[in-house]
Amino acid sequence: MDENAVISVKDLTKRFGSFTAVDRISFEVRQGEIFGFLGANGAGKTTAIRMLCGLSRPTSGSGQVAGYDITSQPEEIKRRIGYMSQKFSLYEDLTVTENLTLFATIYGMDRKLTGPRIGEVSATLGMDGMMNTLARDIPVGWKQKLAFAATTIHRPEIVFLDEPTGGVDPLTRRKFWEIIYRASSEGMTVFVTTHYLDEAEYCNRISIMVDGHIEALDSPARLKKRYGAQTIDEVFRIVAKDARRGD
Amino acid sequence: MSDAIVTEGISKKYGNITALDGVTLSVPSGMLFGLIGPDGAGKTTLYKILSTLLLPDNGAATINGMDIRRDYRKIRASIGYMPERFSLYPDLTVSENLKFFASLYGVGIRDNFDLIAPVFSQLAKFPDRRAGALSGGMKQKLALSCALIHRPKVLLLDEPTTGVDAVSRNEFWAMLSTLREKGITILVSTSYMDEAQRCERIAMIDRGRILEVNTPGRLAAGLGRNFYNASAREMYPLLQALRTFPEVKNCYTFGATLHVVTADGFDAASTVRRLETMGLTDVKIYPATGTVEDLFIKLAENG
Repeated sequence: MDENAVISVKDLTKRFGSFTAVDRISFEVRQGEIFGFLGANGAGKTTAIRMLCGLSRPTSGSGQVAGYDITSQPEEIKRRIGYMSQKFSLYEDLTVTENLTLFATIYGMDRKLTGPRIGEVSATLGMDGMMNTLARDIPVGWKQKLAFAATTIHRPEIVFLDEPTGGVDPLTRRKFWEIIYRASSEGMTVFVTTHYLDEAEYCNRISIMVDGHIEALDSPARLKKRYGAQTIDEVFRIVAKDARRGD
Repeated sequence: MSDAIVTEGISKKYGNITALDGVTLSVPSGMLFGLIGPDGAGKTTLYKILSTLLLPDNGAATINGMDIRRDYRKIRASIGYMPERFSLYPDLTVSENLKFFASLYGVGIRDNFDLIAPVFSQLAKFPDRRAGALSGGMKQKLALSCALIHRPKVLLLDEPTTGVDAVSRNEFWAMLSTLREKGITILVSTSYMDEAQRCERIAMIDRGRILEVNTPGRLAAGLGRNFYNASAREMYPLLQALRTFPEVKNCYTFGATLHVVTADGFDAASTVRRLETMGLTDVKIYPATGTVEDLFIKLAENG
């Protein structure tokens, strides 16, 4: 195992009855890496992420996330990661500060550190003027930013982002990716799924899941070379076109 | 060619928020027409007004000559509407949903099955699965089938491919082309600019106003020639460095490269040298062609 690996899984498998959602996947993610976890709808991405986050027990196989075992130490893992799902939303009736404080508390942050940390996050993301606004009144383009702030308020070692930019317009998507770039340059590991394949080009490495398996895993440049493709979009179409599972 | 959808000065406010501000738009009959704009631009409000679910404060609109206020019953029978959020019954099965929508419109499933067959064929494998248990691409195919079951003349699709993978999106757009060939007018919004590129015409909307309407090619051509691709081994530092240069008007990620929008006087070769002295390696800068996505960014930045 790579000593800089913060995620390391071996033969990870999840079955629901007779259906194998995730079928013996193995990979490692290094500290500070932006890892793109791609796949067709129904390929098993969300199931895999839920196991990595300690939210679902693997049927077989093993894995370590942030130094803890995904089967026996899920609570330790939950404290050290951030997870932003497709449906993540803030509490509309709370202000931005209240939302962030709530998440800090849920993640068990030291109360004395919460205030300064919220100030820091707000300055980094340029949200200073908005902290006392109710979440329901913040502009749509800001919601993703704020969701990321809530997800990372406790400075997790790894952040899992499950389709963070789904349905988001091209400019807002780019602004969100700059936040990802910055977090990664500060040493945070980013594990991200997306259907916008231009975004896959921004990852250090990507994997492509098909019908529960990882079919391809490498840097975008090497994958393009291997498949003789100009873009990751083309690579994806080649790798995923034979997916049988549909959804 | 007549117009299937016509709006004239449509405005809508929610409290003191202006969602639509005098929208005038014509969609020719039988056209695949794209509606593109930032989140919160007013796209969904426009769809709700055209599908007669919401009345505008001011202005008028017709669908195939029928007035949205007076003829709303007739309009409802002749349009198919796929809202942004999945809105079928999650507790009904695939076939129950289809039967339900058919009975609402007073048609039999067999009557128009030819129209939905290409979409529905992949769902036919599991007629008894609950709609809520389908994922992404399949939900969207079922929703499209339900929206087509009464053979509408106009199809209103509000971000139909959000959360759908690249292969399924491609299939979905192939189906839209087939429907268009059958003479159905399609108004579709999307946040994927590769999809926008596949429309015959696009309307750009921002803050409740239509900014431009044209073919994707002509819209992109209007951007001018001051576009460059830039890449280096260190992409994020490259982005930050380019933004500090006065002759760089804008710089943003664009797949494997950055797109750099330049002012007059920009020189690629000297910029490469300057970046290399800043410690960046493997720097490349070469001309790029602007796309609809670049236009979108330009309009949204200026908004």
